Amino acid sequence: MTKHLIIAEVQDGKLHNSTLTTLGAASKIEGPITALIMGASSNEAATVLKDYAAKTIFVNSSALNDRLAQPYAKVIAEVATQEGATHVWHGATVAGKDIMPRVAARLDAGMASDIQEVIDGSTFKRPMWAGNIIGTVEVTSPIKVITVRPTEFDKAVGGVGGELVEANIDAGDSSMRFVSFDAVKSDRPALGDARVVISGGRGLKGPEGFKEIVEPLADKLSAAIGASRAVCDAGWVPNDWQVGQTGKVVAPELYIAVGLSGAIQHVAGMKGSKCIVAINTDEEAPIFQVADYGIVADAFKAVPELLEKI
Amino acid sequence: MKILCTVKRVTDYEAKIRLKSDGSDIETDGVNMIMNPFDEIGVEEALKIKESKGGEVVVMSIGSDDSIQQIRSAMAMGADRGILVRAEADMDSNTIAKIIGKVVTEESPDLVLMGKQAIDGDSNQAAQMLAENLGWGQATYAYKVKIEGEEATVTREADGGLETIAVKLPAVITTDLRLNEPRYASLPGIMKAKRKPLATKTLDELGVTPTNYVVMKGLEEPPAKAAGQILPDIATLVEKLKSEAKVL
Ligand SMILES: Cc1cc2nc3c(=O)[nH]c(=O)nc-3n(C[C@H](O)[C@H](O)[C@H](O)COP(=O)(O)OP(=O)(O)OC[C@H]3O[C@@H](n4cnc5c(N)ncnc54)[C@H](O)[C@@H]3O)c2cc1C
Ligand SMILES: Nc1ncnc2c1ncn2[C@@H]1O[C@H](COP(=O)(O)O)[C@@H](O)[C@H]1O
Repeated sequence: MTKHLIIAEVQDGKLHNSTLTTLGAASKIEGPITALIMGASSNEAATVLKDYAAKTIFVNSSALNDRLAQPYAKVIAEVATQEGATHVWHGATVAGKDIMPRVAARLDAGMASDIQEVIDGSTFKRPMWAGNIIGTVEVTSPIKVITVRPTEFDKAVGGVGGELVEANIDAGDSSMRFVSFDAVKSDRPALGDARVVISGGRGLKGPEGFKEIVEPLADKLSAAIGASRAVCDAGWVPNDWQVGQTGKVVAPELYIAVGLSGAIQHVAGMKGSKCIVAINTDEEAPIFQVADYGIVADAFKAVPELLEKI
Repeated sequence: MKILCTVKRVTDYEAKIRLKSDGSDIETDGVNMIMNPFDEIGVEEALKIKESKGGEVVVMSIGSDDSIQQIRSAMAMGADRGILVRAEADMDSNTIAKIIGKVVTEESPDLVLMGKQAIDGDSNQAAQMLAENLGWGQATYAYKVKIEGEEATVTREADGGLETIAVKLPAVITTDLRLNEPRYASLPGIMKAKRKPLATKTLDELGVTPTNYVVMKGLEEPPAKAAGQILPDIATLVEKLKSEAKVL
């Protein structure tokens, strides 16, 4: 019998949106849902989470404050075994990708990464080759570990009002130690949650291009800012802004791509957007093949004009 | 310091990947094959560590004899020797991790450097599974690696910023794009690589039975997107965004 275990992600004390879309994905397969939340600063998030699962297990341990893969995998695998979970889920965020393969190895389970569709209780669709190909995979092991592409499923509705139980589980010995976190500070909405994303590429010529061209438009539209790999590598903007196969996956209502060519690796992270606008001087740029609306123009002229007319 | 690097033979990241006409697999005719770019970054990092601390860099690949090409490329960059584990069929990450684990047991490296994901399957699993099987610590998505004594201090590309963690050695580290810029193999390097030792092993010799926990049932190309419109000016764009797309 199917039994789901959903691993919650907490960021700055708050439940991460990807946990809600992961719950949404799991609900496609019938079976009771238990949620697991960890870390001594997760009290508030735990009370939110219990509205989405029949049972929420809270491991209130300061040893789990930092999301280190080794202790996390141990605790998750132990809870999965105790609960008799058949499906263990996490959002396909950096943390989910880091931790869950360890959980799979510990449970001797197969794992489907970054799924975008649930076919049945053991079959899933997932992007491969930077989204050029969609693979259908069957996970044949009794326990299945799954990470969920955050953009492809609706958030669970909540209103369950399930029970919240605290559990004490030893995090074990670890060879890993947290040292520091250098946060990218921003007042803008998170890339994964924003209704509008404006992304810049090498066509913006330098960090000033982002400041002078992209930021004012982002301010006006309350948009998040994304970027191509090329400009992250060049240090113009934080790495955390990279959209693509190996960066973040976004699917906002409006995605405006400015001065980026639209390499397949970039497109892999944004083609699910509802409406895509491309501004590029080169009419042959591949970004125009995925854009709903294209403007062949110099970004330094077109974007200020857009700002003015919106 | 002994470092084991894994290198996978994958399709070129610049190639347009399509399915064969019968849909059974991807079309590899005329598609260039390369070393997984993340693995190349791993080899570069290993060579840098060797240059400062001394030691040996061993590269391994799992696949058909064709993968010798990628092992030789890594040796041309400077790796000391290679191991090919011969295996033909598709394997899940559990199996890949078990195979690498057997080689780790034989070789006892101080560090295993792998790519964060193979750009064909995009699974992002093998390294973490390996670390768990070995009971080792891991540092995935490395942006900066510093080896000091018995510990590696690794800055990682995390959600929302850069996280620094320390991992006891031996450990598994996976590379992200910005860790370094891989060197080009020099001509003498390429010549030398031809004479560097290359061992071949089979799954039987290593005692690994494939698990098949994840089975590929089919491949498809995503539905093509309807062609977009090139608009004459910004005024038209604003109008369309408002009345047609209704996103403003
Ligand atoms: C393993 C691997 C993984 C990768 N992962 C990612 C990923 O996750 N995300 C990602 O983005 N990339 C990724 N890449 C890199 C990707 O292949 C491209 O190199 C990169 O996306 C190109 O960035 P760009 O579009 O900014 O630069 P370019 O390709 O140089 O494009 C710049 C564009 O700007 C236009 N332009 C120039 N001047 C102007 C102007 N004044 N006004 C308007 N337009 C102008 C040009 O016409 C051109 O189209 C990856 C590559 C590899 C090998
Ligand atoms: N067949 C293989 N041969 C050698 N290394 C591999 C193979 N498959 C995966 N790897 C390694 O595991 C990493 C992660 O791959 P994956 O989990 O498949 O995305 C890759 O970057 C490689 O370093």
